[in-house]
Amino acid sequence: MRTMLRLAGVQKSFGTHHVLRGIDLDVDAGEMVCLIGASGSGKSTLLRAINLLDPIDDGEIVFDGVDIAEPGLDPQPIRQRIGLVFQSFNLFPHMSAEANVMLAPGRVKGLRKAQLKAPVTELFQRFGLGDRMGHYPDQLSGGQQQRVAIIRALAMQPEILLFDEITSALDPELVAEVLDVLRRLREEGMTMILATHEMGFARELADKVCFLDGGRIIEAGPPAQIFDNPQEQRTRQFLSQLL
Amino acid sequence: MTDTSDTTARPGRRAVFEAALRRRSMRIAATSTAAVLLAIVLLVPLAPGWEAVKKSFFNGPVFSKTFPGLLDAFLLDIAIFAWSLPLIAILSLVVAICRDIQRPALYPLKLFATLYTDIFRGLPVILVIYLIGFGVPGLGLPRPWNSPYIWGSLALILVYSAYVAEVIRSGIESIHRSQRSAALSLGLSSGDTMRFVVLPQALRNVVPANMNLVIALQKDVALLSFVGPVEIFRQAGVYKSLYANFTPYVGAALIFLIITIPATRYADYLMHKRRRIEQ
Ligand SMILES: Nc1ncnc2c1ncn2[C@@H]1O[C@H](COP(=O)(O)OP(=O)(O)OP(=O)(O)O)[C@@H](O)[C@H]1O
Ligand SMILES: [Mg+2]
Repeated sequence: MRTMLRLAGVQKSFGTHHVLRGIDLDVDAGEMVCLIGASGSGKSTLLRAINLLDPIDDGEIVFDGVDIAEPGLDPQPIRQRIGLVFQSFNLFPHMSAEANVMLAPGRVKGLRKAQLKAPVTELFQRFGLGDRMGHYPDQLSGGQQQRVAIIRALAMQPEILLFDEITSALDPELVAEVLDVLRRLREEGMTMILATHEMGFARELADKVCFLDGGRIIEAGPPAQIFDNPQEQRTRQFLSQLL
Repeated sequence: MTDTSDTTARPGRRAVFEAALRRRSMRIAATSTAAVLLAIVLLVPLAPGWEAVKKSFFNGPVFSKTFPGLLDAFLLDIAIFAWSLPLIAILSLVVAICRDIQRPALYPLKLFATLYTDIFRGLPVILVIYLIGFGVPGLGLPRPWNSPYIWGSLALILVYSAYVAEVIRSGIESIHRSQRSAALSLGLSSGDTMRFVVLPQALRNVVPANMNLVIALQKDVALLSFVGPVEIFRQAGVYKSLYANFTPYVGAALIFLIITIPATRYADYLMHKRRRIEQ
């Protein structure tokens, strides 16, 4: 398996608040890695760091053989290859679903609307939103908005997709339709890192589960090991609180 | 329960109550307005100076002789307003974007933009018009560069751009940073993020506030009369001397109100609509 992403000793502080205290993580191509951990443990911060939205203070982020944490590196071409989907969807409210999806491929890759129409329509249809392309975000349900956000990220044809608790803001009955999308991507072999509170889902689909606590990955391994036979006291505590 | 269409057609208890309330307040408002008007109409003429005031402020013949000329002069106000407006739009946008700069290499631009807004918002408009409107032509520039139209307008443009830039900047800041994150995460440049994601939302949010500035600008064009252009206020002054009568000023006021009252109503309507959307 080709290693697509390697984190080594990643450190990040906000002022005096030391949030990431040396994260090491390998993600192979086609793998699905789940990050679990209490609120405030640094999951979002880690995903934003990989997407180069917040620069890290120290350590390496090696993506496809290149250290993208190199200070002074232009983040824009890297971000095009790494997709990020947010908990709060973050669709652009002044644009239709279709325009949301077309903006980045149009501007960044210089593709014209006519060229984008077919592949974008296909993406919408594939995720059951073929009849919602002209709708504005406020005319869509939360589950639909989140699926549009995923389509928007996919339209850039990223090599890896990061998901930050993408079902946490959804009503329970809408969670399933979004998780279904992830299942499909998993089957298609997309490389993904998910911060999630959906333990059932992580157990079902993850190749690797990482438990974050106090800015470190305390324990990592296949879901069966983490959920059924955790080695660390902290992991056991965290999991028992969920029951 | 027998016929639902009938119950929906009939106004509910609340609607009946509110209609009654509305009628009552309408009666109160109408009565009090009539009373005040009546008092003015009856009492003001009793004032010892009323005849003189009537002759010099509400003089029918003077009004009809000067009104067309005033309208003509008002075209100049409109022209100055019309060419200032697009320039204000451009300059204020540039300044607002400069003030939002985060890249350290471009910090001087940010500093300059901040200084600019601080200075021009900190000075009375009329002072800026005097300084630029008299100062620059005083350099003895050749025609047409010694024209007070140009420099007076420039003064207005500089002052109003500072205010509009500040409004736009507040609009930019009101856009949640998650919108920026989302755009950047897709690989958009920071310029494209501003242009396609932040600015369209920010500008839409500040339309009502900017409408009020546009109305203020429309009135402040009259201040240019102090540095030369014979626009409506100045023209009214000319007529006043000619006829030794103040009626032309009343005419000018009427012309301003015809424009500004509908515009103010419209701005209020926009503001109101925005608030409803936000709720
Ligand atoms: N921009 C920021 N400025 C200052 N502190 C921040 C910032 N972003 C995050 N933090 C802090 O970093 C810590 C980790 O935050 P993070 O959002 O990564 O946690 P999380 O694991 O994603 O939590 P949750 O499960 O609640 O989403 C928190 O204590 C948070 O307050
Ligand atoms: Mg988070």
